[in-house]
Amino acid sequence: MVENKEKIKKISIICASADLETVYATLIMGNGAVMDGIETNLFFTFWGLNAITKSKMNKIKAPVIGNTAIPLPSILGLIPGLSWLLSKAMYWRMNQLDIPPVKEFLEMVEAGGGKIYACKAAVEMFMLSKEKLWEGVDSIITVGDFYDKSAGGQIIFT
Amino acid sequence: MSTKNIAGKTIEVNEEGYLLNMADWTKEIALELAKEINLPPLTDKHWQVIDYLRKNQAEGVALSLRKVGNSGIVDVKELYALFPGGPLKKSALVAGIPKPASCV
Repeated sequence: MVENKEKIKKISIICASADLETVYATLIMGNGAVMDGIETNLFFTFWGLNAITKSKMNKIKAPVIGNTAIPLPSILGLIPGLSWLLSKAMYWRMNQLDIPPVKEFLEMVEAGGGKIYACKAAVEMFMLSKEKLWEGVDSIITVGDFYDKSAGGQIIFT
Repeated sequence: MSTKNIAGKTIEVNEEGYLLNMADWTKEIALELAKEINLPPLTDKHWQVIDYLRKNQAEGVALSLRKVGNSGIVDVKELYALFPGGPLKKSALVAGIPKPASCV
């Protein structure tokens, strides 16, 4: 279709944060890559593991404190429920744009052949296990495994 | 923009091969385009997806992977199997509608 000058063939995306914007950057870029026929790996580490942890994956929130994009004094971020409210609004708008919730989004990536991995060191740090992670997670891998799986492609840290 | 001779018709396409005018589309054109992008032989499911896309386009509904996956015709995995490596882009091309402008 497109004249391929040097089309990207393979991409590995690292998500190390549980903040909505980082998780969604990972999902949108990852899903977009899969949709374009690009071999895609998503690697979740540190707080990013929340996005693939069953009990937490659909509670990913937009931070209010320390978020300079929010036109409110940071101190108001201490008000309980503000982050929840902001996240609600974001999810509502995203849903209108056909941007699905985290679990459904990951399922789309997986349906297209994208692979989802959890970082072993972080899984151990947070005392998680395969059972606590979403079923679509391919495996828990080491950093070395990650580089092996990323061979021949490009790596993005969101 | 350029023109292209396909299935006995001269039609206008953009630089990526998408039909400029969805009214120019015929089933014969779809078959030719599918061959050009190396799709597997078109099945009933392909045609159902193509119909769905054309209908949505005519109604001005923005295309997205999620929408097609929830259409009741195919799920996302089946859509990938029908149009490998380009569930939206390839299906849109064959359906004679513009390249999807959505990121999802």
